[in-house]
Amino acid sequence: MTDKKKIEQLKKIAIEVRKDILRSTCIAESGHPGGSLSATDILVCIYFYKMKHNPKKPSDPDRDRFILSKGHAAPLLYSCLARSGYFPIKELDTLRKLGSRLQGHPERNRLPGVEASTGPLGQGLSFANGVALAGKLDKRNYRVYCMIGDGESQEGMIWEAAMSSGHYKLDNLCVIMDHNRLQIDGEVAKVKNIEPVKDKFTAFNFNVIIIDGHDYPEIINALDKAESVKGKPTIIIANTIKGKGVPYMENKAEWHGKSCKPEELKKLSGEVY
Amino acid sequence: MEATRDGFGKGILKAGENINVVVLDADLAESTRSIKFAEKYPERFFDMGIAEMDMVGTAAGLAASGKIPFACSFAVFATGRAYEAMKLAVLSELNIRIVGTHAGLMTGEDGATHQAIEDISLTRTLPGMTVIQPCDSLEAEKATLSLVKYKGPAYLRLARSKVPMLTKAEDEFRIGKGKIMKYGKDAAIIATGSLVHIALEAAQELKNEDIEASVINIHTIKPIDKELIIKMAKETGIIVTAEDHSIIGGLGSTVAEILAENYPVRIKRIGVNDKFGESGKPEELYEKYGLTKENIIKAVRELIKNG
Repeated sequence: MTDKKKIEQLKKIAIEVRKDILRSTCIAESGHPGGSLSATDILVCIYFYKMKHNPKKPSDPDRDRFILSKGHAAPLLYSCLARSGYFPIKELDTLRKLGSRLQGHPERNRLPGVEASTGPLGQGLSFANGVALAGKLDKRNYRVYCMIGDGESQEGMIWEAAMSSGHYKLDNLCVIMDHNRLQIDGEVAKVKNIEPVKDKFTAFNFNVIIIDGHDYPEIINALDKAESVKGKPTIIIANTIKGKGVPYMENKAEWHGKSCKPEELKKLSGEVY
Repeated sequence: MEATRDGFGKGILKAGENINVVVLDADLAESTRSIKFAEKYPERFFDMGIAEMDMVGTAAGLAASGKIPFACSFAVFATGRAYEAMKLAVLSELNIRIVGTHAGLMTGEDGATHQAIEDISLTRTLPGMTVIQPCDSLEAEKATLSLVKYKGPAYLRLARSKVPMLTKAEDEFRIGKGKIMKYGKDAAIIATGSLVHIALEAAQELKNEDIEASVINIHTIKPIDKELIIKMAKETGIIVTAEDHSIIGGLGSTVAEILAENYPVRIKRIGVNDKFGESGKPEELYEKYGLTKENIIKAVRELIKNG
């Protein structure tokens, strides 16, 4: 099903998801659009192409799992969950509001479909390893997907976890790095360089695939290929553009943790591609 | 005489009969006593290397997948180093069990860097966390087994050195229920862990002065047996707490908080008094930092006198 028609379908979903991100953060008057938009195409492929999951059975022991280690991209996760059918799309507008199930950073026991409570950076990969280990113990065939950020990889815990993924040969785990090259204080390379990140993960016994994180055939191909690699975990290093799909926000670190103003929303949503 | 960590070692071996029980350690399996489990159930034992944050984060993922993980290390690392991972697991209400051995000054020669005297404070402040510190090996074994079926996250605080066996095999162990080890109407010594046997010795000596003191074993610091503490305050009017932990945030603080709001009485906290520890033999440290029978006796005496 990786034909052109399917890809067009996925791209259409991505446009709606990007609009959701702009709208929900705008209503919330806060949140993280930049790093949500950079990871949108990847997450749309994971939720609407790759993963086996059923919104009606969010606790199915055989479901594939997605863990958002870069938890600040919650607006993206929530949109994908809502558009998969885990909860009403309208609820996206309650993001970050008092009493909402859509917390500023994802909380596992508040919202169906959220696998892990994340946000404090570096935590998600260890959690994903635990889920992958349990899958091996129980001889279940589910796969575990975990998205990390490039800035997030300055956290030491990521490397503790990466060492575990490699050591335990977690081939049911696929990590995706949203490599958008920007963090709050500026360029990752200038704040504290994480390169050569490919060599680092290779050295930690990962199978490494490098892709353009906005190219659908490349994303799909990488996700499929990861599944066929046995005996080691895979990381897909996805080169992305922070703010992707909203021209006004693209490649600007300032949109990491700032939402657009209500008067800008209509114009920016209209420009989403 | 046996250490509480030995009781854990026995308990976790029995707990292994439940196939969902898994154990993680951070290169201290011999010291934490998880090694027996590792030998019997190698496929359910994960040595995470010297990486406590990763260990606790991984344990959370296992718990979210239906496992009952016991993540073991020295108390100082299992709580302090791994604090954020623990907080996220507690926030998620996962059935994670953090096992911290070598808690308190009793760790001895390793010195202040390795002595957890703040771990009760760190763990009990987390909403929904259960904090347990058994007083002897048998109680530690029962606590471990109780945690297999228990719902929600828990911290099991254990110690390195051998202490006298105070409880019996037939004694009931219920999480959240304090235990009257000895009853007396003149004062109540509320103790936890290794200080329970010292409190019993103190109560025995107080008899010579015609002071009948109760000794309460608080093995569950959270959720604490509030009713029992208030009852003892009402019946004796004098409370002394005793613990191998900072008097800030530990059992003493907990008891003081409860009594201040519900039934204020004269109270004295015996514990590490806002100081870091140092190297030395456990008994030397207990002496230097005032975790002694004599200090408990003095506290009871003074509270009675000043009444």
